Amino acid sequence: MTGIGVIAAATLRECTRRRVFGVIIVLTGLFLALYTLGTVTAFHHLGKPAPGDNVDITVLAGATLLGLAMFATLFLSTVVAVFLTFNVLRGDAEQGLLQPMVVRPPGRVVFLAGRFGAAALVSAVYAATVYAAAVVITGLVGGWWPDEVVLPGVELAAGAAVVTAISLAGSVYLSTIANGIAVLMLFGAGLVGGLLGQIGDSIHSDTLSSIGTVTSWALPFEALYQSGLHALTSETSGLTGVIVHLGPLGGAQPTGPLLAPWVLGYILVVVSLAGAAFARRDL
Amino acid sequence: MPDAFAASVLEKRYGGVTALAGVSLRVGEGELVGLLGPNGAGKSTLVKIGCGLVRPSGGRAEVFGRPAGSREARRALGYLAELFRFPGWLRADEVLRLHQGLAGSTGAEAERGELLELVGLADVGRRKVDQMSKGMQQRLGIAQAMIGGPRLLVLDEPTSALDPAGRRTVRTLLEELRGRGVSVLLNSHLLSEVELVCDRVVIITRGKVVAHGRPDELTQARGVTVETDQGEQRFDIGRDEVPELVARLVADGRRIYGVQVVRSTLEEVYLEAVEGEAP
Repeated sequence: MTGIGVIAAATLRECTRRRVFGVIIVLTGLFLALYTLGTVTAFHHLGKPAPGDNVDITVLAGATLLGLAMFATLFLSTVVAVFLTFNVLRGDAEQGLLQPMVVRPPGRVVFLAGRFGAAALVSAVYAATVYAAAVVITGLVGGWWPDEVVLPGVELAAGAAVVTAISLAGSVYLSTIANGIAVLMLFGAGLVGGLLGQIGDSIHSDTLSSIGTVTSWALPFEALYQSGLHALTSETSGLTGVIVHLGPLGGAQPTGPLLAPWVLGYILVVVSLAGAAFARRDL
Repeated sequence: MPDAFAASVLEKRYGGVTALAGVSLRVGEGELVGLLGPNGAGKSTLVKIGCGLVRPSGGRAEVFGRPAGSREARRALGYLAELFRFPGWLRADEVLRLHQGLAGSTGAEAERGELLELVGLADVGRRKVDQMSKGMQQRLGIAQAMIGGPRLLVLDEPTSALDPAGRRTVRTLLEELRGRGVSVLLNSHLLSEVELVCDRVVIITRGKVVAHGRPDELTQARGVTVETDQGEQRFDIGRDEVPELVARLVADGRRIYGVQVVRSTLEEVYLEAVEGEAP
């Protein structure tokens, strides 16, 4: 096994031993139970769509509920990503956990890559799994399925990987608590930036639109989230389409073909910069 | 053949604080060198530079001719940090397995068993780290440092948490390692320990080497104590003058019961060296 594999395997074993997975499964089970209850109740109250309605209430309810589930999924996977990475460099170094490992032949950059790989895998798989569960619940309960099923899940998973990279980079410079707070605040700032951009587009404010655009490039988990939301109802048109594309908590926006390479490059650059900074740091 | 470890005019500054001010020292192949000095002397910084954990501000450090911190240098050394922790959820055997993976060791279970046996932890291989005493964790740390059979072992205060029996185990271990040709750089506060096992001693204070040499070179003869029928008397003479002194005392009618050449202890040498550099 390579150095990266050894570190990644140790990280995953740590998650198992410290009952990280157990806690995640139990609490996510509670979230999904709550989501099921909410979905059942919402569709029960809405009843059947009437002929001649301008708005398809099944689509509106399904897209809104699943959009909310996507927001919750992104938030929960952000929490998972942050807690898996926020102390792995400076925090572990201060405790003396890091030094015995980084003097081994693979060295610091491999150590960092291994920790990133494992944490990104866990948070991305988590995001994709919770999203898939929410899609199935919405479909079975309300009879509504997204226009694109796979893409939003992939984008949520990529968003979780972006947050993981940011949190890992922060852990080079910031203490454990400071890094945790910083990443969660960046997460909030990203979503607020996206919301402002959406409002700016609606009221034709260039300033607000620019804020949204810059935020999406600087913190691409926000662009991924918007793109995922948009993909849920990408083929929905008319008044229903207009309403659902406003979306819950940040709005839905198509992002174009540059998003995927940008996200890949972004993760690569952030992790590389973190590696370079970590390699120079006195331990 | 290059030295196991060589530091040349090594400097390290942390902002306005100078931790090392031009330290040069070498550890030959198969040599056991003790590093002594008061708190804040720069010993741990020197050791960390050797392991690539800290970057020097000036000078050069090499491990078997390779720049300290390079992959080749890291491959050749085993390191026990002064302040270290292993993940509490790992078992002792798993800690060693993790480091085998990182070191690329092919020793498998046999190596782990041998090392645990060597440090007196053969019975607790399945015990979790957070259920081990501080002393046991330190022994595990020593075993960890020896994974993969390093040619240079860098031990930073390896016996600070050990009881006397544990210290003896480590001393025996160090002597055995020297017998196998392993080079050791031992940073310790325990003068007696260093005096007993080290081939050479380097005393550092305020970031500079203030004394170095073999323990018997550093501890000079300091007179002679003679036990006579009139009690114990001390004479400030060298070993070569002892027969003449004894003859003179006998001629004076004294009865001689014992003669002992007095040597300064390493502690005295250390205190003189350190106090001589005090601000």
